[in-house]
Amino acid sequence: MSVRRLSPDQPASFTFRPDVLETAHWWCAKYPTERKQSAIIPLLWLVQKQEGWVSEPAIRALADMLEMPVIRVLEVATFYTMFHLAPVGKHHFQLCGTTPCVLRGADDLKKVCRKRIGEKFAVTADGLFSWEEVECLGACVNAPVVAIDDLYHEDLSPDDLEKVIDALARGEAITPGSARGRQTSAPDGGARTLTDPTLYDGSLATPLTLPNLPETAP
Amino acid sequence: MLADKDRIFLNLYGAHGADLASAKARGAWNGTADMIGAGRDWIIAQVKESGLRGRGGAGFPTGLKWSFMPKQVTDRPHYLVVNADESEPGTCKDRDIMRHDPHLLIEGCLVASFAMQAHACYIYVRGEYVAEREALEKAIREAYEARLIGKGNIHGWDFDCYVHHGAGAYICGEETALLESLEGKKGQPRLKPPFPANSGLYGCPTTVNNVESIAVAPTIIRRGAKWFAGIGRPNNTGTKVFCISGHVNRPCNVEEAMSIPLRTLLEEHCGGVIGGWGNLKAVIPGGSSVRMITAAMAEEALMDFDSLSAMKSGLGTAAVIVMDQSTDVVRAIARIAYFYKHESCGQCTPCREGTGWMWRVLERMARGEAEHREIDLLLDVAGQVEGHTICALGDAAAWPVQGLIRHFRHEIEERIDRYRSAKGVHQVKLVAAE
Repeated sequence: MSVRRLSPDQPASFTFRPDVLETAHWWCAKYPTERKQSAIIPLLWLVQKQEGWVSEPAIRALADMLEMPVIRVLEVATFYTMFHLAPVGKHHFQLCGTTPCVLRGADDLKKVCRKRIGEKFAVTADGLFSWEEVECLGACVNAPVVAIDDLYHEDLSPDDLEKVIDALARGEAITPGSARGRQTSAPDGGARTLTDPTLYDGSLATPLTLPNLPETAP
Repeated sequence: MLADKDRIFLNLYGAHGADLASAKARGAWNGTADMIGAGRDWIIAQVKESGLRGRGGAGFPTGLKWSFMPKQVTDRPHYLVVNADESEPGTCKDRDIMRHDPHLLIEGCLVASFAMQAHACYIYVRGEYVAEREALEKAIREAYEARLIGKGNIHGWDFDCYVHHGAGAYICGEETALLESLEGKKGQPRLKPPFPANSGLYGCPTTVNNVESIAVAPTIIRRGAKWFAGIGRPNNTGTKVFCISGHVNRPCNVEEAMSIPLRTLLEEHCGGVIGGWGNLKAVIPGGSSVRMITAAMAEEALMDFDSLSAMKSGLGTAAVIVMDQSTDVVRAIARIAYFYKHESCGQCTPCREGTGWMWRVLERMARGEAEHREIDLLLDVAGQVEGHTICALGDAAAWPVQGLIRHFRHEIEERIDRYRSAKGVHQVKLVAAE
């Protein structure tokens, strides 16, 4: 378990931007009307996307919106570790520090983060950067992985990460994906399977009779 | 090696389009109406006959699970929930299915929902998979527009498919914790019984399946249960997406036949272990939750449920984590122990306290700052966590520790000795409690 508490510095109020509110209603419509509470995680996420973090007024606003006790929203906000309970940098790095990434050099990436950004969750003076170590990001064959502003940067060397930080500091856009140009999760040097062209010529779309069909369909 | 024509995920690497037209050209949505037309009992019989076992880690027969749903729908609707909360360290297969072959998953959701008389399906995607979730949402929109799903669709079974997401909790991969989370609560597992098939999402009959289990179902039915059952060994049939990470020359995901020898898998698809097979130290064959095996065992291991459980390990999610001779295995397992400490939901005392305790002791052992007798104590504590919690996270936290001590006890002992002789100490400070 991780102990997580709300930040001592809280804003006075929270309101959704109109466009975000529309998305919030789209989420709520996915669940049965009497089960509004189901939308709490997606809505907290929208709050975080809008404000950068989840504040106490936002928690109260969502409790009103979904007709839940405030404590239930607070429980969810503190239980799920993707919710930032205090402001983070404009670009927040989630560095995977779990064993598969460590085997491929995640510890060296941590050193880069410490050197360039500082301690975990500390925001740089210019407000641009912060980082945290997260548990498995689920991209282990592309280890080591850092998720920057929600998108995965994979196969990173310490130099690659430095370059990404430099680019962000200059205000440039960065490209997610493999830093050494690998095609997603295919092996280095290109896929060695799925090379049979007949799989992709449309022949698999020809109407077929299912095998073992019952004599007369019920 | 499995022939390309026998692979199910033809766009595993995203070399081709993930859109509906491209997916159809690769055979998705072909014959779906006939599957529905043949009836739900026939579909379940086909899946049972194929021998498909759940791909999320536990390996429970999928067809059997589907048959547990009530035969008649009463006042409570039935639900299908797809578990896409892929967070087991080493595992990244569902990610590729969702971003590159989403239509196979959506088609599977329709077929499985029909077989279980569910009109609605929720796909619970882990919070970190933001791009993957958007790819899946896009594919679902396409399917709605093409009237493949939705109310009054061309298949004649009203069906809504919704994407939901989490926010970074490994425990939500446990099916009842997932349901709690989907209901908008903390992800803390529920006691079973009642099982989800009786009382799951919103108290209604629910089946929770892994992404891969659902996504392979339509292709199994298209090609025939016998085709799937003919791959691999009996009781371990079919194809499986393996994720190979760690110290291999070319880490990758690859779909292969079940029961492929581990060594063949590593050498054919991953360019072998870094520094050659002789440089191999240990392998975690099924994601961080299973016990590791040594290089000698890896020589013999077949990648299936039975072979690996005979080695007191497991296939789990088929996430192979390879460690060469340069690896500090004690530190590697200490990091996994930290993972479980971090991800324990805190509901059961043995897990909440035990995971932290094991991590703190392992951290000291990784430095050598421990007593010899603590190794047995650690094993004892691991045994007290295992099997004494509501869900399997306690077991999952205990097994890697047990695997480490079973195979690498000598390394821990040597490290303790080395630490003592370097420092000239005979008694170290034992810190386990906070």
